[in-house]
Amino acid sequence: MDLRDTPAEADFRAGLRAWLAANLTRELQGLRGGARRFEEFGREWSRKLYDAGYIGLTWPEEHGGQGAPYSHQAIFLEEMARAEAPGHIGVIGLGMAGPTIVVHGTEAQKARYLATILSADEIWCQGFSEPDAGSDLAAVRCGAELHGDRFVVNGQKVWSSYAHIADFCILVTRSDPASQGHKGLTYLIADMRAPGVEVRGLRQITGEAEFNEIFFTDVEVPVENVLGEIGSGWQVAMTTLLHERGTMGFSLTAVLEVSLRKLIALARERGADAVQRDRIAQLWIELQALRYTNYRALSQLMKTGTPGPEGSVSKLVWSEANQRLTKLALELLGPEAPLLEDDAPLGGYWQWHQLRSRGNTIEAGTSEILRTIVAERVLGLPRGR
Amino acid sequence: MDFSFTPEQDELRSQARSFLEATETPTWAQLAELGWTGVSVPEQAGGAGLTFLEEAILHEELGRALYHGPFFSTMALTQPALPPELLAEVAAGEASWTLATGPLVPDLDTADRIAVAAGNGVWELEGAERQVLSTSDETRPLGRLAGGATIRQLAGPEVLPEIRRRARAALALEACGVARRALELGVEHASTREQFGKPIGVYQAISHPLADTYAEVELARSLALRAAWCVAEGDEQAETSCAAAKAYAAETAVAACERSIQVHGGTGFTWEHVLHRLYKRAQWIHAFDASPASLRSEVVAVLLDGEGVR
Repeated sequence: MDLRDTPAEADFRAGLRAWLAANLTRELQGLRGGARRFEEFGREWSRKLYDAGYIGLTWPEEHGGQGAPYSHQAIFLEEMARAEAPGHIGVIGLGMAGPTIVVHGTEAQKARYLATILSADEIWCQGFSEPDAGSDLAAVRCGAELHGDRFVVNGQKVWSSYAHIADFCILVTRSDPASQGHKGLTYLIADMRAPGVEVRGLRQITGEAEFNEIFFTDVEVPVENVLGEIGSGWQVAMTTLLHERGTMGFSLTAVLEVSLRKLIALARERGADAVQRDRIAQLWIELQALRYTNYRALSQLMKTGTPGPEGSVSKLVWSEANQRLTKLALELLGPEAPLLEDDAPLGGYWQWHQLRSRGNTIEAGTSEILRTIVAERVLGLPRGR
Repeated sequence: MDFSFTPEQDELRSQARSFLEATETPTWAQLAELGWTGVSVPEQAGGAGLTFLEEAILHEELGRALYHGPFFSTMALTQPALPPELLAEVAAGEASWTLATGPLVPDLDTADRIAVAAGNGVWELEGAERQVLSTSDETRPLGRLAGGATIRQLAGPEVLPEIRRRARAALALEACGVARRALELGVEHASTREQFGKPIGVYQAISHPLADTYAEVELARSLALRAAWCVAEGDEQAETSCAAAKAYAAETAVAACERSIQVHGGTGFTWEHVLHRLYKRAQWIHAFDASPASLRSEVVAVLLDGEGVR
C-alpha cells in the first residue's frame, strides 16, 4: 500500500498539468457538454488532447491508443476536472461505443471506427432508452427487420446526448418481432446521416437541450454494421453499460472536488451557521471516502484486470452527494438563490448545477436500479424479478 | 499509487479471522503467542517491527469478533507513550495497559497497568482503586479510577496527538469490522427468511437499505484504511484523515446495526442474537473520544477557518 503517485505517475501528472497550463484557455475553462459554445470549440479542443497523446490512454496501441496503465487514465480524469477543462467531445464513442467495438467488433469495424473516435473526427450517440424502455432496457421495441443484406429500422429512442451532432449511433433494436425480453435483440451501428433519421432536441430542467429524441423511419442499416451476432444484442449492450458505469468514478469525484472547493469559498465569503458547517464537513468527508474508494477499486483493477465490487457504489454515492452539495450552495446564497445566469453570483454556476444534479440519480442507471444491482450482484440477495 | 494489501497482510487478516472465529475468549497470552501484542512494536524492543497498517488489520478483525480485552487500550492508546523496556514487556505478553484520557477509562477489568494522560505528558499510575462501571457494551466496560499516585513519567506531551490519531484510526477500523458483520448477518437473514412465500430479500424495502449499508461500509473502509496508512507514514494529512474516518465509520456502524436489527424483525430485538452486542459496540465507538459531530467541527475548522487541506 502506498497512496502516493509512483515516479512514473508523478511525471505523467506533472506533464499533464504543464500541458493544461499552456493550452487550456480561459474561454474553454468551465464549458460543459451541451452548451452551444462547447460544440463550437469542442472538436478542436478534443483534437488537441488527442494530438498531445491524452486520448485513449488505456486503449490497446494497435487501435491507436497509448496502452498506458489505468492509473494514468485516472490521473487524466482527475487533473482535467480539477483544471475545469472540458472533456473530449466524443464521450459516448470513447467511453461506450469504442470499448464495445474493441470487445465485440470485427476487424473491419475496428479499422473503420476506432481511430476517428479517438481523434474526434466522428461523434457518437447512444440509442438505448425508449419511451417505454428506461430502466427496463429489455423492453426495447425499436424494430429492425432483415431484408437481404440490410436491416430496416423503425422506432424511437430518447435521452440521447450528442445525437444532434452525432455521426453514428450505437443502437439496440428488436430484430425478432416475436421475441420478448433479453432475446431477439440486435446491436447495430447506425449512420445518423442516413435518410429517415430525425433528431429533436429535448429541453431539460436547466433550460438547455443536452439530449434528444431520435426517430427512425425506414432507415437502412447494412448487415455488416451488426455489432456482435444477430440476436445477441443484450450481451453486447451489457458490455457497453459495464464501461459506462465502470470508468467514470474518477471524473465524477474530481468534479465534486471542484464544486466543494467553490462551496468552501462561498462559505468563507458569506459565512455559514453551525448546521451548514456540519453539512460542509460531511460532504468533504464523503468526497475523501469516494476518492479513496476509487483508488481501492483502481488498485484491484490494475492487479487483477477486473475492478473491485467497491467501485460499484461510486456513482450511487456521488450522485446523492452532488445533490446535497448544490442544494447547500443555494442555501448559502440566501435570497439570491432564484436568480439566474449573469444576474446570479458566479454567472449562475450554482443554479445550473443544482438543477442539473437532479438528473444525476436518474441517468446512467437510476439509484433504484443501482441499489438493486448492489443487492443482487454484490451482496448475493435473491432476485426479485 | 497502490491502495491494496500485500499477500502477507492478506494472510495476517485471514489468520486473525480463523483464530477469532475458533476462540471465544482469547487471552492476552494467546495474542502475544500470535505476535499481535508486538505487531507494530519495533524489532529492537522485541516486536515484529511491522507498521500501524498491520495493527489496523487486527483492530478491524477484533472489532468484528467483539473481542473483550485490552488490545485497543494497550496498542492504540498507550503504546506511543511507552519506552522500549515497557514495549518489550507488551510484545512478550507480560503486560497490558490502559490509558486514562478522561474520567471514564476503558478496559479497567482486563488491563494490567494504568497510564494517565495529562497536559504535561503521560504518567504511570500505581495503587489506584479501579471501579468498573456497568456498561452497555459488556465486552468493553468503562470504569473510574480513585486515588493512586503517578510513579513516573512515560512520555512528554508530544505523544498526545499521536495517541489521539491512533485511537481514532483504530476505532474507525473496529467500526468497519462491526458494520461488515452486521451487514453479513442481515444479508444472510434476508436470503433465508421467507414471508408471503418468498425470501424477504426480494423486497426492495429490505434489500435497498442493505445496499446502502454496503456502500457506507466500503466508504468507511476506504477512509479508515487511508487514515491507518497516514498514521503509519506520519503523513501530514493524518490528523484530518483520522477525524474523518472515525466520524464516518462510527455512524456507519451504528446505522448498519440498526438496519440489520430491522431486517431481522423480532429476532434482531432479542438478547440471544449477537446483533445487540454489535450495536452496543458501535455505540461505544460512536461515543468514545469525540462524537462524529464534534469530529466534523474539527474538520470544518480546518476547511473554513484554517488554511484548508489538499
